[in-house]
Amino acid sequence: MLSDESHKKNGQQKIIEVVQLHKELSGNPVLNGFDMSLYDGECLVVIGKSGAGKTVMIRCLVGLMTVDSGSVSILGKSIPDLDQSQLDHLRLDIGFLFQGSALYDSMSVRENLEFPLRRLRKEYADKDAVDHMVRDALASVGLEHAIDLMPSELSGGMKRRIALARTLILRPQIIFYDEPTTGLDPITAKEIIKLIKDIQVKYKTSSLIITHDLNIAKLISDRVVILVDGQNYAEGTYKELAAAGDPVIKAFF
Amino acid sequence: MNYQAYIIEQVKRFFITVGDVSYFTGRFFKEVVSRPVEFQEFVKQCYMVGYKSLPLVATTSLIMGMVLTLQTRPTLVDFGAVSLMPSMVGISIVREIGPVITALICAGKVGSGIGAELGSMRVTEQIDAMEVSGTNPFKYLVVTRILATTITLPILVVLGDTVGLTGSFIVENIKGSVSFTLFFNLVFDYLSYGDLLPSIIKSFFFGFAIGVIGCYKGYNAQRGTAGVGLAANSAVVITSMLLFFIDFLAVLVADIFYEL
Repeated sequence: MLSDESHKKNGQQKIIEVVQLHKELSGNPVLNGFDMSLYDGECLVVIGKSGAGKTVMIRCLVGLMTVDSGSVSILGKSIPDLDQSQLDHLRLDIGFLFQGSALYDSMSVRENLEFPLRRLRKEYADKDAVDHMVRDALASVGLEHAIDLMPSELSGGMKRRIALARTLILRPQIIFYDEPTTGLDPITAKEIIKLIKDIQVKYKTSSLIITHDLNIAKLISDRVVILVDGQNYAEGTYKELAAAGDPVIKAFF
Repeated sequence: MNYQAYIIEQVKRFFITVGDVSYFTGRFFKEVVSRPVEFQEFVKQCYMVGYKSLPLVATTSLIMGMVLTLQTRPTLVDFGAVSLMPSMVGISIVREIGPVITALICAGKVGSGIGAELGSMRVTEQIDAMEVSGTNPFKYLVVTRILATTITLPILVVLGDTVGLTGSFIVENIKGSVSFTLFFNLVFDYLSYGDLLPSIIKSFFFGFAIGVIGCYKGYNAQRGTAGVGLAANSAVVITSMLLFFIDFLAVLVADIFYEL
């Protein structure tokens, strides 16, 4: 873990540090020297227009995309320098909620939740313990009754909750949310936002949320980063940014 | 339009694809010997590929055996060589028609199914979700499917051959009242290991090709739902062409051994 004082803010340790991240896709620059930090226990919301590079950034963070240049460090480990097994090991501490939920549609809800545990077969050989973990994770999102349903039988909001339960099963330290409210009606979106907040408190996780839904930034963010043209254009609390006079920042509020 | 540039571009794309498929195949051989072994998923895929394809393979083989007999019989009767019918049908089915038809059916059913399934998983981020959860999606999805097609196809070919010969016997029995024992005695009198072995060996390659191309197309699908359709379609088209190419090579190699 990091111990340097420069990696602390208000006593919180820096658990993600992104410095001068560059990424091109098909010759087009998407990230142009993006910088960002996330502190332990913090909820950081990155907002930006569609196509601003939010999803590319978050995918670079978890190693789903390679970076062209720059450094990405999570829990003190440099992501580009890790081999596959080291990356897989680090991923135990990271949860990822995909935009479309990404539930395995050939598996039941129970099997979806058990899936992340399969690489830890030795630790989770006891079926009763696994069942308890699955039910506990489902209880956290209020969907215990859906345990034997198939993803095709779930509504969009339920899918998002089940996907969230799947990320929780390994008790990650950090959860990445890729557009968690996209495609949901306003009421369900608010429920998901509340759920994210509750989970952060209950499981003491740190959250990195990328979205263009200002409601999320307003309701649960500790800090907001505005991503414009692949760069960290501005950052601060929601109130600070909402009061800013810069026309580019104003356009978001 | 500059045709020269177009042709150069197409040739370049062809070689890039060949390179990609080679890398994909190399990765399969690397992953297949590494731990953990996804045995449960492998058994499930064997069931999906083998057992679920059996009715289709059996029906097609039965009809093929019957049609082959019906079409050939009049000519053999004209030449007074109807007694050669079982051996002729036996050699045709075992050496060539059985493996090729079974493989083509599986390319259509299994290859497109794998392409569509993996393609759909790719565009809905399910493969990414597996990767983020620390499971190696290549090993879990690709290795198990390629192994399943490679191992089950020869079994399907043997079963298809048996059903095809039975179809031939049914027609021959109706038309010429030959007994079951006599028919199959005549079939096996002319069949040797030299006919059976190359057929089984090339079936492994057919199964491998169906698995590799289906998985490659699905695993690398892009551009949303349209990409899923494209993956399924191109998996069938490319595999079908590849099967004939493998068959041609297999016959060439087998001929060399016959001549020795």
